[in-house]
Amino acid sequence: MTALRYAVSDAGVLAVRSLKRIPRQPDLLTGYTIQPVMFVLLFVYVFGGAIQTPGYEDYADFLLPGIIVQTMAFGGFVTALGLSEDLRKGLVDRFRSLPMARSAVLTGRTFADIALNALSLAVMIAVGLVVGFAFSSSPLEVVAGIGLMLLIGYAFSWIFAFIGLIVSSPESANAFGFILIFPLTFASSAFVPPESMPDWLQTFAADINPFSTMVDAARALFVGGPAGNDVWGATLWCLGLIAVFSTLAVHRYRRAVTR
Amino acid sequence: MDGGGSNHGAPPSNRPAIETEGLCKSYKDVQALRSVDLRVEPGTVLGLLGPNGAGKTTAVRILTTLLPPTGGSARVAGLDVVADAAALRAKIGLAGQYAAVDENLTGTENLEMVGRLYHIGRAESRGRARELLERFDLTDAGERLVRTYSGGMRRRLDLAAALVARPPVLFLDEPTTGLDPRSRIGLWETIEDRVAAGTTVLLTTQYLDEADRLADRIAVIDHGSVIAEGSSDDLKGRLGGERLEVTLEDRSQAEAGVTALSEICREPPSVEDGIVRVPVRRHQGVIAEAVRRLDAEGVGIDDIVVRRPTLDDVFLTLTGRPPEPEDGDQEQATGEHAIEREPIG
Repeated sequence: MTALRYAVSDAGVLAVRSLKRIPRQPDLLTGYTIQPVMFVLLFVYVFGGAIQTPGYEDYADFLLPGIIVQTMAFGGFVTALGLSEDLRKGLVDRFRSLPMARSAVLTGRTFADIALNALSLAVMIAVGLVVGFAFSSSPLEVVAGIGLMLLIGYAFSWIFAFIGLIVSSPESANAFGFILIFPLTFASSAFVPPESMPDWLQTFAADINPFSTMVDAARALFVGGPAGNDVWGATLWCLGLIAVFSTLAVHRYRRAVTR
Repeated sequence: MDGGGSNHGAPPSNRPAIETEGLCKSYKDVQALRSVDLRVEPGTVLGLLGPNGAGKTTAVRILTTLLPPTGGSARVAGLDVVADAAALRAKIGLAGQYAAVDENLTGTENLEMVGRLYHIGRAESRGRARELLERFDLTDAGERLVRTYSGGMRRRLDLAAALVARPPVLFLDEPTTGLDPRSRIGLWETIEDRVAAGTTVLLTTQYLDEADRLADRIAVIDHGSVIAEGSSDDLKGRLGGERLEVTLEDRSQAEAGVTALSEICREPPSVEDGIVRVPVRRHQGVIAEAVRRLDAEGVGIDDIVVRRPTLDDVFLTLTGRPPEPEDGDQEQATGEHAIEREPIG
């Protein structure tokens, strides 16, 4: 019982620590607020007119669920950055020498990401409503959608936690994240209908890319439309990613040493 | 200032605070530690002295439960570093070569966070943070983000963090590497305070003066093995004792001086720039004896002194090389901590 209590309170202490950092590093705060707003505005007003989205009256309705999922996926990036800095600066050594719960360094950071993702989710929905997006599903579905978005963000936080522990510097964490996840988000149904892509890419974007499953689930829950098995599929993908990457990250953390 | 209590939780005085037996650590192709035996009595300081890559940090990592040993055993504060690792962590403090503090928190927030993670409670954490900031002369900087701190201030905060829970055993891994002389002396005084209050300290260093000043006993470590152990005096004594240095009034009398002193020599004296250097067997009375003999031969003395070997000499003799940092791995000297800036504002 004591162990569990410490696991929770230690994670809380470290989550607060991670969150305090954000307003103190304006570039990070920008990443959670201004950057998603910029993305929404650029896509809606620059590409919006050129992209055909059959079945959606307004490109904003098509775009917003996609861009929200993309932003959630990158929200955990600060975890990779932070862990890699902690390793390099010897803080991980300090934490590992303290009588704290071993899990707290990782859970603290990923919990903090949930709060940050909730912040950018709120900002993006607000901006989306301004540029013409409208929820056209039931309130219950919207709430479920918000829950699913935060779950997606949490799953990617664990991927980033693992990345942060295996790379040698915050800079390479950055590169790693962009090379791995950025193409995945574009070769999906997030920004354009996959039908407009060449055949080989279309197969990947429509049928294989789990990111498309998540985006389609978000669309189903936020703007209605045929959900199929996407909501369940996306949930299962998230749980699977969490299971795999939290195991990998914890394993890696146990053996982590500075330099 | 500390309200005592530093002995809190110390092991019974008849047991060593740190004890290792045949401690080994090997990686695939490197033997970082080869059968290291150490013993540190409660309330004393052991200086682990050696060049970079000698195994000092590996030893500290094992003793602070960060690394499992691949052979042998180690007990700290009466607890096994492997079997009792979780319980042991409540009894140790670690300050590393890196100032392991969070740059994006204030000094106060850093110390409170460490207190919370030692599970000493919110109020106690806050109180300790205030006390320690005052003791380490950081009160004015307590509400400032650590990224505005100078290298010396970060080290002090790092050491303060190690002391938050008043651990009975303290591990300091090259605590003053890269610090300017003033900050070093300040840090030494703080460490001496802690020891006076009953804390046991294991300190690694590549600075001989640091070991000489702080350590009750010194273990010289090289290539993963302890190659000598004893008090600073023991180690110096092992070099063969003192050397008499006589500065002659008249350089032309060098030969007469050598002849006069030949009977009290261990080995033949050497002469350089009018200074006669004489290895001697014993300390007591040697100056009086030398003065009598030189006087009898009519050799004028400008200055006469007995010199003891320095730890530098010891190191050179034991390892066959001077105690400078070895190849590569000198980032501490060039890194940000080497630059001591005055605090802003």
